[in-house]
Amino acid sequence: MLGLYLHRESVIHRLPAGVKLGGLLLVTMVVLALPGAWGALAAGFIGAAALVTARLPAGRVLAELRTPVVMLTLLFGFQSLLAGGGWEETAVAIARFAALILLATLVTLTTRVMDMVDLFEWLFGLLRPVGVNPAKMALMLALTIRFIPLLGDQVREVRMAQRARGVERNIAALFVPLLVKILTMADDLTAALEARGYDPADSGTKETGTKNSTQR
Amino acid sequence: MIELRSVTHAYGDRPVLHDLSLRLAERRIAILGGNGSGKSTLARLLNGLIVPTSGTVAVDSLDTRTDGRAVRQRVGFVFQNPDTQIVYPTVEEDLAFGLKARKLPKDEIARRVAGALERYGLDRYRHQPAHQMSGGEKQLLAIAGVLVLDPAYVIFDEPTTLLDLRNRRKVIELLRGLPQTVIVVTHDLDMVKDFDRALVLEDGRIVADGPPAETVPAYIERLG
Repeated sequence: MLGLYLHRESVIHRLPAGVKLGGLLLVTMVVLALPGAWGALAAGFIGAAALVTARLPAGRVLAELRTPVVMLTLLFGFQSLLAGGGWEETAVAIARFAALILLATLVTLTTRVMDMVDLFEWLFGLLRPVGVNPAKMALMLALTIRFIPLLGDQVREVRMAQRARGVERNIAALFVPLLVKILTMADDLTAALEARGYDPADSGTKETGTKNSTQR
Repeated sequence: MIELRSVTHAYGDRPVLHDLSLRLAERRIAILGGNGSGKSTLARLLNGLIVPTSGTVAVDSLDTRTDGRAVRQRVGFVFQNPDTQIVYPTVEEDLAFGLKARKLPKDEIARRVAGALERYGLDRYRHQPAHQMSGGEKQLLAIAGVLVLDPAYVIFDEPTTLLDLRNRRKVIELLRGLPQTVIVVTHDLDMVKDFDRALVLEDGRIVADGPPAETVPAYIERLG
């Protein structure tokens, strides 16, 4: 579902992020309201049509569904075993959620992170009266998406270093250096954000003074 | 011009820089020194990322302690590791980040991003995720992300340390062609040979200052 933006010249790519996210919300409600397999079929049909219109590679998009479908199968399989219920019901539930995940994946693959962040910044802006800083929340969202693959690289790097030293499976040996790396990365990132003009005190609506520390 | 007056800096009770007074007015300046000599701290003081424990740092008469934001708009900073300064997932979005933080109009942002993509040869990576780029390409993106903000001064903290020979050459060529005042913290002595000035730091003190033809041999000699 966190598939990164895949650029294509298509109508779906050009749609505003708000329209796509609103559409996803609407389809989700319809899918969950429709009885039996109809909801899953409708969502699957919309997903297939969107996939073709967006000119995205079907193999790559469907590959993103593999892990969630396995997890859903395990989840609903266990639920079916423990709470009772037929396999048809389980299959419909899996198909419904898989179709919705496909649609959500299509939204992220066809929407630039910056457009999504702008939309969320606007939405978070509605919560400003209760003390939410929309610019900070939006940046947090962008950084999460940017740093997930980077953290994956860090995990792999630490694991390889451990293996090279003969440590195969040791959570503590993985966790401690990883934590140090992440903290260093966070420190460098803070300095880089400031160097590139981001002001953490800025709520996005007014200019404020700059805060400097004597130590970093 | 960047001016340091009696600058001392310490992390907790560990002093890093001792009573430095400098006027940096040349177009190409190198800061040399061994690990722990205080050169990265000095670089961070120059754009107000940190402020000195005592003394003042002024950029075009703006004090980094009181005008930090205005100083950072004049002084760009490129870090050693590009991974930690690329904020947005794709190249185009990351180039726009600093411009957006300055609240420039959308069409101005689009124009400057398009210009930077073309100027720094990043156009074909425009929509590519940054984490899929090579180390050299990431460094180029990190540099472009700073230069797109059009700073008057650019500080580079060991820009070639993580690069292979081809990308190192590319970055050096890019630095040579910049119209801005460039200050480079580096161990790469070959890069600084045609600079106007090179400072050598040792234990937080300047032990050599002058044209690289004089200071680089002095630095090598001190290394033993």
